[in-house]
Amino acid sequence: MTAVLTRPTSDVAEPESPRRRATGRTVSGILIVATVVAYLVFHTTAAADAPDAAAFRFLGDVRDWVDANRDTHPVFLYGVNYLRLGVRLLVDVVRAALAGLGLAGLVAIAGAIAFVLGGWRTALLAVAGLLGFGLLGLWPESVDTLALTLTAVLLSVLIGVPLGILAARVRWVGAALRPLLDVMQILPTFAYLAPMTLLFLIGSPAAVVATLIYAVPVTIRITELGIAGVAPSAVEAATALGSTRRQLLTKVRLPMARPTLVLAVNQTIMMALSMVVVTALIDAPGLGVNILRALERVNVGAAFDAGLAIVIMAIVLDRVTTAAARRRRRDWRIAVPVLAAAAVIAVLPIPDGLPRISFAKPVNDLTSWVELHWYDSTEGLKNTISTVLLNPLENLLVTTPWWLFTLAVLGFGLLVAGWRAALIAGAAAAGLSALGLYQHSMQTLATVLVATALTMLLGIAAGVLSARHDRLAAITRPVLDAAQTMPSFVYLLPAVALFGASRFTAIVAAVIYAVPPVVRLVERGIRDVPATVVEAALSAGSTPRQLLWKVQLPMARGGLLLAANQGIVMVLAMVVVGGLVGAGALGYDVVAGFSQREDFGRGLAAGLAIVLLGVLLDRLTQGFHRAKGPS
Amino acid sequence: MKNRQLSIAMVVTLLLAGCGGAKSDAGDNKPSAGSKGTVKLAINPWVGYEANADVLAYLLEHQLGYTVEKKNLKEEISWQGFETGEVDAIVENWGHDDLKKTYIEEKKVAVEAGPTGNTGVIGWYVPQWLADEHPDITDWNNLNKYADLFKTSESGGKGQLLDGDPSYVTNDEALVGNLKLNYKVVYSGSEAALIKAAQQATAQKKPLLFYFYEPQWLFAKEKYARVKLPAYSAGCDADPKKVACDYPDYKLDKIVSKKFADTGGAAYGLIKNFTWTNDDQNLVSDYLTNQGMSADQAAEKWVKEHESTWKPWIPAGS
Amino acid sequence: MTPTIAVRQLWKVFGPRPERVVGTPLADLSRAELRARTGCLAAVRDVSFEVARNEVFVVMGLSGSGKSTLVRCLTRLIEPTSGEIEIDGEAVREMSAKRLRELRRHRVAMVFQHFGLLPHRSVLDNAGYGLEIQGVGRAERRRRAAEVLELVGLTGHEQQLPEELSGGMQQRVGLARALATDPAVLLFDEPFSALDPLIRRDMQAEVRRLHAEVGKTLVFITHDLAEALTLGDRIAVLRDGELVQVGTPEELVGAPADGYVADFVRDVPRADVLTVRWIMRPAVDGEECEDTPLPSGTVIRDAVARVLRAERPIAVVDGGERVGVVDAEQLLPALLGHRRQVPA
Repeated sequence: MTAVLTRPTSDVAEPESPRRRATGRTVSGILIVATVVAYLVFHTTAAADAPDAAAFRFLGDVRDWVDANRDTHPVFLYGVNYLRLGVRLLVDVVRAALAGLGLAGLVAIAGAIAFVLGGWRTALLAVAGLLGFGLLGLWPESVDTLALTLTAVLLSVLIGVPLGILAARVRWVGAALRPLLDVMQILPTFAYLAPMTLLFLIGSPAAVVATLIYAVPVTIRITELGIAGVAPSAVEAATALGSTRRQLLTKVRLPMARPTLVLAVNQTIMMALSMVVVTALIDAPGLGVNILRALERVNVGAAFDAGLAIVIMAIVLDRVTTAAARRRRRDWRIAVPVLAAAAVIAVLPIPDGLPRISFAKPVNDLTSWVELHWYDSTEGLKNTISTVLLNPLENLLVTTPWWLFTLAVLGFGLLVAGWRAALIAGAAAAGLSALGLYQHSMQTLATVLVATALTMLLGIAAGVLSARHDRLAAITRPVLDAAQTMPSFVYLLPAVALFGASRFTAIVAAVIYAVPPVVRLVERGIRDVPATVVEAALSAGSTPRQLLWKVQLPMARGGLLLAANQGIVMVLAMVVVGGLVGAGALGYDVVAGFSQREDFGRGLAAGLAIVLLGVLLDRLTQGFHRAKGPS
Repeated sequence: MKNRQLSIAMVVTLLLAGCGGAKSDAGDNKPSAGSKGTVKLAINPWVGYEANADVLAYLLEHQLGYTVEKKNLKEEISWQGFETGEVDAIVENWGHDDLKKTYIEEKKVAVEAGPTGNTGVIGWYVPQWLADEHPDITDWNNLNKYADLFKTSESGGKGQLLDGDPSYVTNDEALVGNLKLNYKVVYSGSEAALIKAAQQATAQKKPLLFYFYEPQWLFAKEKYARVKLPAYSAGCDADPKKVACDYPDYKLDKIVSKKFADTGGAAYGLIKNFTWTNDDQNLVSDYLTNQGMSADQAAEKWVKEHESTWKPWIPAGS
Repeated sequence: MTPTIAVRQLWKVFGPRPERVVGTPLADLSRAELRARTGCLAAVRDVSFEVARNEVFVVMGLSGSGKSTLVRCLTRLIEPTSGEIEIDGEAVREMSAKRLRELRRHRVAMVFQHFGLLPHRSVLDNAGYGLEIQGVGRAERRRRAAEVLELVGLTGHEQQLPEELSGGMQQRVGLARALATDPAVLLFDEPFSALDPLIRRDMQAEVRRLHAEVGKTLVFITHDLAEALTLGDRIAVLRDGELVQVGTPEELVGAPADGYVADFVRDVPRADVLTVRWIMRPAVDGEECEDTPLPSGTVIRDAVARVLRAERPIAVVDGGERVGVVDAEQLLPALLGHRRQVPA
């Protein structure tokens, strides 16, 4: 369902010669030794970050300035505030329309649209799904979430599609947008909630804008891909017949890119949905509120119901848009009456009464049972991982002086990712300490690294298994689909219930969150190994184990490295959300930043630090993927 | 229908605002909770607050005929809500003199609406059994001696002081530093996580030092001992970075938006008049947390049984 | 009469600052040298030719010879670097964007190797695309699209999508689309090279038939010599962007301009292409001939039976005038040996 979106990684380095590889090995050996020696000589005592670094004070002052000028400065009077009003108006109109239809009306309309776009199966799914919201007793919340999502998607499409077209058609626009989109796509959701509230205050407008920022890169990227992918022969033929530029766009490029454009909308919806839920933190209404409350009360059952509603919404929206992408003839002789009937139902006043079902109680019972009976093993697991892996690593990182860390990042970056990526990563590393958050960044980094290691271990194992067993793959696919539609912080709950407030909780949540895409990428990587190669290896007498280790895994290396890149970015996003449940460090700073006035500057700085950390990790792993991936 | 009217109102506002630019409260010009309108209550993330809010919401809806919108917001964000019109009232406020200065004195978007009658206490606690085993543990001077007891996977070799939601009123990081305690503050993230840890500490006999507060239903169920910190004196917590004294007792109060105070009518009257005891609040909290009641059920039960308490809150003539 | 298409000293250079090449010593470099020296690729070098009304003009060359670039320069799908192009006496390179669009819409249409059909439109709407963008009303354009579809034998397929058709049928749609605007000139860019051999032959026959029926000026690009010989009134051979030879099929086969062309035509059965003019000898004074002479334009293969059966040489006449005679002696080498010596 949710296609894993990778940023384009087209430029591939020349294959290395054996000699270069050998020198590479020597250089990395020297680098490691040098780093170790430098660490031994220079390591510090890990003094805590200063409570008010210059950066915090500066950002705090920015906040004060904005607060003081919100109603006087022209930028706000004529810009930001209008934006906020406009967005709010849009949200209210969409919500009023959806709520005005009522349960029966919306079910009928959605069913009819699904029928026209995708046939009766899709329609059935849509009807059942929407009724599900009512059955779960989450109808108003679902409508709120749907309204926010649709508004954000509408804006994303209105902004993203033209930009995507421009990026595909005008070279400098594309070149200018690319690095910007790169950064936007690795921004963890958490990092820009605070700036949003600063500009747009709390509430739906801020939520929609945050969601827009989160989702629009996908819209732009896929649109660009779609437009750039239109067969040049068709464009040339249409030009040769005397089409104007506008005719080329409206009659050739856009219609031919339609399936891709629908995919863009589909992916935008998925992204928006997961972000809208998170914006409950800044007073956006909807299902996110239920999940946030459940999190505050450690009520896994309540979160389960709300999480289920979100998954249902994701599946319905996904199936309907996917169906729309398929090019098929629509029989308007059936479609028109169906739509008309739905419209009639929508107008009729039908009460919303539905029986209630809730999974809260059984889920809570199960959770308490697990908490009670598994206490020793969960506690043991947490303590083992913490003392054996997490603490030593964290200790190592926090006692490394910042300049040594920066140098090491630069050095290894040069080695694995090329000078450009190394410079960016090195600058990001130096930026962490410039923000005055070096210690917290290192703590977060330690957690991220441990979580990534676990994610890769599990992801590769599961990916290899499902690549080798078709039946297993058929079973896991829908599970992975559902898992990928869940907004990140839903995963905090089971983790909190089992492991209490700790960094390990964040690790568990991050692993659950990041494993599905890793499994997918690994599986695809292995399955993409050409059948002829596998056949050749088998006919040479390889055992299945040899086939895996000597043929499939080495050949799938590109996929594995890409999986590592994706995995690490997702893990970072989740680990910082873990600040909500005791994971501390940068995530905590962010949470504290938008809940405590005097911490605002620090929170904003922490948001920036998260971005820098993301850029650092992404550049290094993506550079690695590019430099070493097969062409 | 309401939404549609709202939308039309907003279009008009947008047009009107066209010449003078838009202020941050533009679009909210409908009278706040005027003729039996909507009251927007902030819900801060602890159950005691919810108890206040639930009972008030119940009375607003069933006695006065208002619609109530509950908004789950952290404390500071609720205050921002006064400015944007997202929030009409905060019904259990813990101090926050800095926010009062900003929003009441400077921005003039909020006003005080009297005490809730509850007295808030914030402090550090240990399970009673631990205090029984080590009677001197309840003096902060001895805490370093016991730091090892409180070590966890999260505290990095030091003792752990478990705090709650990062949005809560707390000086703990500064206290630990200024009192030179060999402890690390770890945030559990929520009241529920805090309570869960406390319950486990009692049930499994695990040492735990934690930030906690009253009114709180848990104290009616289990015994916890408060750790004595250097005594509070007026102004000793003026500089948040130099705090080295205990928390004061808070006279919990209510804050409402200026607009609501001016145009809120009976709803404002009710909220202003609202005052009850810690026991009242703990009772409703217990209904909510341990009796599995919904907000409405809990409030209804309390309202049925305590008519004499709430009758005087209802403003005359409504 | 002005030629329908006239091309003079046309250059197309790809690469950085292409304008510095033409008219400088750089222009004299070979393609490879130019590339090494400047990074520029001269796809079309100093090409000149004329195409008469209703002529079928074939441009033939191997891949990379610049033939596709050349044909795209004619309507400035690719902007030429220098030179002149005239269509019906009007300078194409001077045309404004609007005028150029008019040219493409009404006077010159093109058929492409990879069809370039719009996959989201029905066959009928594909055929009517050119009319649609001119603003022709829906009913009218559907009527005309249906007409041209009938002309190319696609009646009954109007409502199908292109992907539902075979390659040959898709190219018929491409052909119909080009014909729908009733242009005076049709440009074909290797239209049949993506098709199976049998279908290719059908399509070639189709083009001949259409040419006979509707009488357009055709410029036809191909890398297939047999196709060039079958269709072309005249053939231009392009090599590394330069014209090597322009002539009728028999001129190419009978008198290749250089070794390159000769190599090209080496395997052509000469008896199928050459006329008796190429093998006749001057009549010896007082020589007795058969009663009926052969017209000089008779292809050798068609003359074989008569010449071999004849007891005396046969006179070859051009109009009424006798220009030579043939007998079996001249015939046999033409029938047996494809490998004629290249003239020095």
